Amino acid sequence: MGKLILQRLGLGVVTLALVSVLVFAGTEILPGDVAAAILGQNATPESLAALREQLGLDAGAVSRYFAWAGGILHGDLGVSLANRQPVADLLWPRFLNTMALAGYAAIIAVPLAVGLGILSAAWRGSLFDRIANVVALATVSLPEYFLGLLLILFFSVQWGLLPSLADTWSGMGLGAWLQATTLPMLVLVLVTVAQIMRMTRTTVLGVMDQPYIETAYLKGIPNGRVVLRHATPNALAPIINVVAFNLTYLIAGVVLVEAIFNYNGLGRFMVDAVSKRDLPMVQAAAMVFAAVYVILNMIADISAIALNPRLRHPRSKEA
Amino acid sequence: MTLRIFGRPLPISAAIGLIIIAATVFLFIFGPSLAPFGQEDVVGAPFADPSAEHLLGLDQNGRDMLSRLLYGARMSVGVSLTAVLISFAIGVPLGFLAALNGGWPDMIGARFVDVIMSIPVLISALVVLQSLGSSLPVLIGTIALLDSTRVFRLSRIVAQGIVVMEYAEVARLRGEGLWWMLRREILPNALPPLLAEFGMRFCFTFLFVAGLSYLGLGVQPPFADWGGMVRDNQQGILYGLYAPLFPAGAIALVTIGVNLVVDWALAGRTMVQGENR
Repeated sequence: MGKLILQRLGLGVVTLALVSVLVFAGTEILPGDVAAAILGQNATPESLAALREQLGLDAGAVSRYFAWAGGILHGDLGVSLANRQPVADLLWPRFLNTMALAGYAAIIAVPLAVGLGILSAAWRGSLFDRIANVVALATVSLPEYFLGLLLILFFSVQWGLLPSLADTWSGMGLGAWLQATTLPMLVLVLVTVAQIMRMTRTTVLGVMDQPYIETAYLKGIPNGRVVLRHATPNALAPIINVVAFNLTYLIAGVVLVEAIFNYNGLGRFMVDAVSKRDLPMVQAAAMVFAAVYVILNMIADISAIALNPRLRHPRSKEA
Repeated sequence: MTLRIFGRPLPISAAIGLIIIAATVFLFIFGPSLAPFGQEDVVGAPFADPSAEHLLGLDQNGRDMLSRLLYGARMSVGVSLTAVLISFAIGVPLGFLAALNGGWPDMIGARFVDVIMSIPVLISALVVLQSLGSSLPVLIGTIALLDSTRVFRLSRIVAQGIVVMEYAEVARLRGEGLWWMLRREILPNALPPLLAEFGMRFCFTFLFVAGLSYLGLGVQPPFADWGGMVRDNQQGILYGLYAPLFPAGAIALVTIGVNLVVDWALAGRTMVQGENR
């Protein structure tokens, strides 16, 4: 198992390296001169030359890639074109904000979704099961901003309970922070719960069809105990995989949610950078998002390996 | 058409989905010609309430909401549909060829797609839009290329399953050429999962285009587009107006409609497979 996990870790590192090549290449596909494109109509020969030098455009693409990637490894993310500040100083506080919001949503969404999934598997075909299924299908289809606007309409405008803008600042109290971020958190919870719940239900039901579960019922063990003690542990590995997969979905969902509630996170930061065409900021933000995504997927795979007894104690070599 | 392919009774949910899709297609074709006002015409005060003349009221610039919704139908559906069609035109043939021929092109293709897929689509799209700017061809091309990696992966897996079947083996031994294998052996058997994937891809792309427009990076003004309309009218919600909910609701409705039909089609597929087991 140790070897498998090491292999997966190595694959993660290789993937990250390839991702950095792609992110760099993605910003290089512009035909012609990057500096001219960034400056547009405001370009003067002097500003063009200055920007070319700042971007290091006189060097070849390969040496620029290694300079950029080497900088990232040392924590140097470059300098923002828009306001000449180091990208790292601008990026990390917002990254922490985004992680805080995503973490807040995950802490509530994951236990809720897995619990609901197990319950609807235990009460298969009941009214509860059917209602949960319909609600899940509906929330999966609703775009984040539709849910967000509905929540703002009711919770902020009509009932005046929660703020419609998620204003946060460093040093604000936990209570105030929770109040400001509850609506964005709710949107993220709504869009992730459904998927995890449906997959948990399917996985547990798949285990419930196996002979040893029938034996457990024939022994006279009550339904709840069969589901919790006999079926769920064996469904755990796929469930963790689904949870990790949906947490990666949070990474993309958070970009839209931050835009709805004007939350000062990495998603809004990146969207702003894209509309200002601030190359180093976009590259850095893309790398951070991609790294979180790759790492979450890696954790999912490794925990699946660690939880699978067949992989823990391999008997024969498989292709 | 779907009825004939799967040959199963139609549940209420799928019927609702089909009605929504039919309505969407109708709006896509006739929407702009049904609109009582132009998409850029300012006809009254910003955020004016609904009236007999303006059934859904006016938007943040005093343009007729209903007319813009009708114009936006063609833009929102058209952009997503074009992108999905291109992504299938690229992904399906390449996926089939990779599965059929194998070897190093197959390996490289699969690894390359794995790397692309290890970045969230939204993030990849933002990187490309940053360097190329947001125009309609760039938008459609970017989404189509990113989507085609997912289509490639699925068509490759599906075709790999078919290539090892006895009937495909027999055809190969008979000496059939590449075109026959693709056209007569793989395509007919890969069609049901690919059609379901088409529905799911459309849903995803439709939400994705709307999301990019909502972020201000998709379809650019003055064109009416549902995602952009949500963004433009969002301030209205703070005054308790329903203005941004009309385009957002339209997006949600189309997505639910396609999802309902795809759900039904996929349920049919697993059932058939289960019976043959």
